[in-house]
Amino acid sequence: MNPEVETHPVVQRLRELSPEALEDAQIFRGELTVWIPAARLRHVAEFLRDEKALSFKYLSDLTALDHYPNEPRFETVYHLVSLEHNQRLRLKVRLAGDDPRVDSLVPVWPAANAFEREVFDLFGVYFEGHPYLVRIVLPEDWEGHPLRKDYPTEGYR
Amino acid sequence: MPVTLERIPGQEERVILSMGPQHPSTHGVLRLVLELDGETVVRAIYDIGYLHTGFEKSFERLTYSQDITLTDRMDYLAPLSNNLGFCLAVEKLLELEIPAKAQFVRVILTELTRIQSHLVWLGTHAIDIGAMSVFLYCFREREDILHIFEMMSGQRMMTSYFRIGGLALEPPLGWTDRVEKFLKKFPGRLEEYEGLLTRNPIWMRRTQGVGAISAEDAVAYGVSGPSLRGSGVKWDVRKAQPYSSYDKFNFEIPTRPEGDVYARYLVRMAEMRESLKIVRQALDGLPEGPVRANAPHIVMPDRESMKTSIEALIYHFKIVTEGFHPPVGEVYHSVESPRGELGFYIVSDGSPRPFRCHVRAPSFANLQALPKIIEGRLIADVVACIGSIDVVLGEIDR
Repeated sequence: MNPEVETHPVVQRLRELSPEALEDAQIFRGELTVWIPAARLRHVAEFLRDEKALSFKYLSDLTALDHYPNEPRFETVYHLVSLEHNQRLRLKVRLAGDDPRVDSLVPVWPAANAFEREVFDLFGVYFEGHPYLVRIVLPEDWEGHPLRKDYPTEGYR
Repeated sequence: MPVTLERIPGQEERVILSMGPQHPSTHGVLRLVLELDGETVVRAIYDIGYLHTGFEKSFERLTYSQDITLTDRMDYLAPLSNNLGFCLAVEKLLELEIPAKAQFVRVILTELTRIQSHLVWLGTHAIDIGAMSVFLYCFREREDILHIFEMMSGQRMMTSYFRIGGLALEPPLGWTDRVEKFLKKFPGRLEEYEGLLTRNPIWMRRTQGVGAISAEDAVAYGVSGPSLRGSGVKWDVRKAQPYSSYDKFNFEIPTRPEGDVYARYLVRMAEMRESLKIVRQALDGLPEGPVRANAPHIVMPDRESMKTSIEALIYHFKIVTEGFHPPVGEVYHSVESPRGELGFYIVSDGSPRPFRCHVRAPSFANLQALPKIIEGRLIADVVACIGSIDVVLGEIDR
């Protein structure tokens, strides 16, 4: 990690919270990205929201990436905003390809509800503890998850 | 089985009503499932996806320049805001410097987009509540703005006028006169709408105290744009993280503390005035110079230079057949669209096509607040509430 990342206040706060809370961090085009272990996501999310100096109360976006055929195959991506401090932060969680599951963040940010359903629908990532995890944009009987990289653009024939 | 509400044991006398997707006041193809106790909505859920076209998958198949045409078709009421959001995200990835004139023209056109989008909102919102004539007036003025778009880009709605690195074309002669004419005419027209609605007792009864949401809830549900500012949260991406030289203009962020339908109405009306102010300043300070960045491997050359210069011809061939190779990395860039924070998250693997392009559609998040604001209200208020959060289903379903 380069010094610019190391001295970033968010990175320092996360290190203080717990050394294991942070897998990796990087700054690209002025945007901070931090990788969180899936097991600590819920805890870190609550910390980021409630800590006065950070107060990331606004979840602006939630999506996922498919790195097929590489492992860990999936990443869920969270874009947070601190309205008070006018700051943005990107959280990422790496997930294995065979059974991608991660804690739902609906209890932390209710805004995550529809976004997690969308990721479940289009990527097949399972969000544990989600109140209503059903397909949102595709029909209920749809087969497969179209935004996965091994899903052909024209669909299965 | 389509989305439905489970009946609660012991409450069998309640009616489960499916509202939409074919319903005039669901603004497209939104479907709501309502559980009614008499005329009161007890529970509500929404069902979307009727317009799902897989834009995000298509993004991965087309080159960056081709992707611009997809962005128009998501939020079809604000095509230029979508063009801008996508172009700015790619330009951030490429670290491309945009000429001042192009930035100002972009600002003028996106602010006009905001006005015309708000006019569609106002007209349809008023017609939902029963004020028929406002709709006709709004569409009259909207047509003036669409004529300006047509003059600039050749298209009324699917403009694709902003390109990576600037504008598609040098703006045509006489376009500033058209904008001037509109600026002169529109303040009076705004008075007309406000005269019809703002102090209208029927309008006030139908909107005041209806569909209220607190600032905390609005933030928690990810609401953005005028719907968030109607709850008293002073947050606007144009001010908070200025892009495309928005920091050079003086304008206010209108907010209202009440959080109800009426407050959202007042905020949008005030926003149209602020947009006029921005257009005025941008037009007065319009710089001279090129409208495209100096980056021949990314920006398409002039038609004329292709006829005389072999380099231009080669670059043109490369851009059209292959596209350009941005650096590996990921960026998120958001703009303030008429509906709120419109974000583009682009991941590049160095190839001419995005590895992933995700759209943070403001309506998608705003819609989550809808069940919250209609539960406990009369069914007649449901249409007022849907209108007041101003959803565009094209952008929700993508």
